[in-house]
Amino acid sequence: MGGFFKSSIGRKVAMALSAFFLMFFLIIHLAVNITSVFSEASFNELAHFMGTNPLVQFALQPVLIFGVVFHFVMGFILEIKNKKANGVNYAKNNGAANSTWMSRNMIYSGLAILAFIVLHFIDFWIPELNTKYVVGDMSGMHLGEFRYYQELVEKFHSHIRTIAYVLAFILLGLHLAHGFTSAFQSMGVTAGRKKTLQNIGKGYSIIIPLGFIIIALYHHLKYVLS
Amino acid sequence: MATLDSKVPKGPIKDKWTDYKDQINLVNPANKRNIDIIIVGTGLAGGSAAATLAELGYNVKAFCFQDSPRRAHSIAAQGGINAAKNYQGDGDSTYRLFYDTVKGGDYRSRESNVHRLAEVSTNIIDQCVAQGVPFARDYGGLLDNRSFGGVLVSRTFYAKGQTGQQLLLGAYSAMNRQIGRGKIKMYSRHEMLDVVIVDGKARGIIARNLVTGEIERHSAHAVVLGTGGYGNAFYLSTYAMGSNATAAWKAHKRGAFFANPCYTQIHPTCIPVSGDHQSKLTLMSESLRNDGRIWVPKNMDDVLAIREGKLKPTDLSEENRDYYLERRYPAFGNLVPRDVASRAAKERCDAGYGVNKTGEAVYLDFAAAIERYGKEQAHVKGLDEDDKAVIDKLGKDIIKAKYGNLFQMYEKIVDQNPYETPMMIFPAVHYTMGGIWVDYNLMTTVPGLYAIGEANFSDHGANRLGASALMQGLADGYFVLPYTIGDYLADDIRTGPIPTDIKEFDTAEKNVTEVIDKLVNNNGTHSVDYFHKKLGKIMWNKCGMARNEKDLESAITEISELREEFWNDVKVPGNADEYNEELAKAGRVADFLELGELFAKDALQREESAGGHFRDEYQTPEGEAMRRKEFQYVSAWEYKGAPKDAVLHKEELVYENIEVKERSYK
Amino acid sequence: MKLTLKIWRQKSANDKGKIVDYKLDDVSPDMSFLEMLDVLNQELIDKDEEPIAFDHDCREGICGMCSMYINGRAHGPDRSITVCQLHMRSFSDGDTIYIEPWRASAFPVIKDLIVDRTAFDRIQQAGGFISVNTSGNTQDANSIPISKYAADDAMDAATCIGCGACVATCKNSSAMLFVGAKVSQYALLPQGQIEAAERVQNMVSQMDLEGFGNCTNTGACEVECPKGISLDNIARMNRELMKATVK
Repeated sequence: MGGFFKSSIGRKVAMALSAFFLMFFLIIHLAVNITSVFSEASFNELAHFMGTNPLVQFALQPVLIFGVVFHFVMGFILEIKNKKANGVNYAKNNGAANSTWMSRNMIYSGLAILAFIVLHFIDFWIPELNTKYVVGDMSGMHLGEFRYYQELVEKFHSHIRTIAYVLAFILLGLHLAHGFTSAFQSMGVTAGRKKTLQNIGKGYSIIIPLGFIIIALYHHLKYVLS
Repeated sequence: MATLDSKVPKGPIKDKWTDYKDQINLVNPANKRNIDIIIVGTGLAGGSAAATLAELGYNVKAFCFQDSPRRAHSIAAQGGINAAKNYQGDGDSTYRLFYDTVKGGDYRSRESNVHRLAEVSTNIIDQCVAQGVPFARDYGGLLDNRSFGGVLVSRTFYAKGQTGQQLLLGAYSAMNRQIGRGKIKMYSRHEMLDVVIVDGKARGIIARNLVTGEIERHSAHAVVLGTGGYGNAFYLSTYAMGSNATAAWKAHKRGAFFANPCYTQIHPTCIPVSGDHQSKLTLMSESLRNDGRIWVPKNMDDVLAIREGKLKPTDLSEENRDYYLERRYPAFGNLVPRDVASRAAKERCDAGYGVNKTGEAVYLDFAAAIERYGKEQAHVKGLDEDDKAVIDKLGKDIIKAKYGNLFQMYEKIVDQNPYETPMMIFPAVHYTMGGIWVDYNLMTTVPGLYAIGEANFSDHGANRLGASALMQGLADGYFVLPYTIGDYLADDIRTGPIPTDIKEFDTAEKNVTEVIDKLVNNNGTHSVDYFHKKLGKIMWNKCGMARNEKDLESAITEISELREEFWNDVKVPGNADEYNEELAKAGRVADFLELGELFAKDALQREESAGGHFRDEYQTPEGEAMRRKEFQYVSAWEYKGAPKDAVLHKEELVYENIEVKERSYK
Repeated sequence: MKLTLKIWRQKSANDKGKIVDYKLDDVSPDMSFLEMLDVLNQELIDKDEEPIAFDHDCREGICGMCSMYINGRAHGPDRSITVCQLHMRSFSDGDTIYIEPWRASAFPVIKDLIVDRTAFDRIQQAGGFISVNTSGNTQDANSIPISKYAADDAMDAATCIGCGACVATCKNSSAMLFVGAKVSQYALLPQGQIEAAERVQNMVSQMDLEGFGNCTNTGACEVECPKGISLDNIARMNRELMKATVK
């Protein structure tokens, strides 16, 4: 088994497995956050549950962190190895003739997403950890009300942040446009199932980022227009 | 005139091979480890021999000039491989395959060898399937067969239009297994430049590393040549660019007799030459003649108008077309044998009726077949049989299903759509039946030197039938040589390794180096290709599809003059100690310039017409080939210093199991 | 037509190499690409310059010897062909054409446009075969029926000509289409089952050892493959390796 993950194909499979986990996480994340558009109360409840449930906090959260870190580190390792395997560059290369821009630039869309995650952690995750585990306030309350919705809304007051979020989600969409089917291909899915998968992949890579973009724009416009 | 000992075992033909195998000497497994064998060439014959001999335990050194053994030109064979399996239950048998092959060879092959070939043909299919060769299958999961020209049964196994490729990759995979085990040492990008003879036996070779230019010595207890044919003497052919006769010719110069060099197969349906830049010809499968009608315009005015682009062939009315094969051979029509179809095309083009710029092309027209199939389909589907558009579409669909890949290949090369306008075709050289003379053991006249596959002369006589080249290559390599070579090597178990620091290797290496030095320092004015093209023209015009005494005599003179000019005036750029394709080519062309002359001499000496060899002087009043009983022998030529001095040795051909008959196609 | 050619020249493996410009007049559209290079070489020889070294042999698209990166694409602009099947009518008068060797660390340049592809041979030697000895008494070829579909799929995988266009065109220089095709051919046939696990493990580990990169599923190889070998073969190889690992 150890030998398997040292092989080129094993690494591909590992990338695909971590990708599956992250894609599953995105669905959950979107499902929770989209409620903020419809109902402040539901969002607060869900956010409080996710933020205080021990299973989520101490089992799923570390796995998620590991998944993110693993996917990035492995991505970089593979990129470096592939650059080495590639040797001298062509004087003229017409990559567009045989492959999509997304598939050739996963490392760049990935890097942009990484940068976004850093911003996202500074925005939400680090303050959250600070409140809960450093200050020790597990109530989720601020001035007698749940604080989650308010914290979310405040972040989207800024034009710059909103634009950054929207751009990051577009890049996430491009990353997923190749990544979704690619992960299945790496896991050995072929032939008959491929067409359906490609359609699901297209849908997934549009709907998920679009959902997040809607959330960001909704809160931003609501603030700007009010 | 000395007689040749073909070492054919006694006994009834059906039992010869089995009895012989029971009686010949074997080498025990422990001793095989002490015996080295060199194999030059890694096509079907060389590759299969290398793999099998290594499996048996011999130490094999294999050589090829390509960058990998997988690229040998056997890979280009399209149609299929014959085997007397009788899976179709249509009455096939070993005897029928034997009979068809001897008859197809125009009664100029050795009976015992052909019968053995037919016997082992079934083993080849079993072996290849076990190796994972993906032959075509029917819906029941069993192997499919197609039928090929000139026979009454379906015995051809195939893998799409790439049978040669799949069989070669099978042999290559068997070789790879032995290379992985260390039993074969593979030398790719190496060219053999001489055989080393020690005490009268072949004991090694001199080879040039084509990447570094280094001259290397390799010793062994036996040397096997599986180096293919010499059709590139014609410059333009369906052979690969690198296919050459150097190894075979060096062996000839060291004492191996060269048999029947004039037997060359010229295939009628190839894509014509488009200009002086042409480097190679492409075959279009013979199967096209089942549905295509061959013609040229009847009137010279139309020919000229077509050449100038003023007239389209499709605009020419039926009465202004000359379907010359149907006219001359009403019974067989467009399906006459290859040699007849080729000669008839040449006759029309020589008379000035060729339809392309160079005047060397005839039409192969599918319009009639499209209409016929279209009407059939319209009838079957209950559509209007008089609606031209419907018929045209249905007919083209059928043609596409049958020959789609060939039509596409044609369009890529010629840039014309063969569904709309007739194809242009012309004959081209694509196989040589002649080669190094071998006995029943496949050993040449030099002890310890063997020749297998197209490199030898034995099985196809004066003409080869479709789908039997692959069969012969694999039969020799998998099932014949591995037995017969043991009989010879049994005497070598105590010899020990052959040293390479002996005077025989010194001399051979010195000779090779001198020739190379001469070539790179010649500083002439013309490139190698200049001479090769000139030789090709002489060969094609005077030793091609139809030959006569006058032309052959002038060919001999012209080739020997050209050879002299070559050595005085050839220009080889670059150095000897680097990758230098011009140098490699120069060596090959130098040998073709000698072989070509022997070719002409052999054709001149053979005063008859048989198979691929047609002499104008020896034809029936109807223009058919006239075989002569007094030439029922193999011409084996002994090298004596120059091609013109070669000495003829005859091996009389005896047919005890087949009655020698005339061929007729009218 | 008149052309400007920008061709990679490199004297030997150790030489640095550079792009050199050549002008060629009077190119016929009926010429194959390699015949156009023959004409250029003839001119170079006449001018006492060294001709351009390039690999070629059968010139009918089956041997897999020819290997050039033309205007940024393996085997040039047209699909489903090798360089020898590319004709000059695919170009226009006045065009500038870049001609470069395959680029991959596992395919070092030997000279000019010639690269060393023996890494492919070594991968095959690691397991690209069925271990059956030659004997006159192998079981009858029809004793194991094989579904026509499996046989046809195996044939499609087996049409690979080993030219290396997949590696050349891959941004990662991955050889997975090549290896996947061979693994698939045997995986699809009953004869190949016995050694299936060892075969895929050995071939993949040799592939990694040779320094080929990792597949990121861009699909460029499938598009540029002159024989149209499908990406499905890579997926099948991935499955075969996973199967071999859990076994």
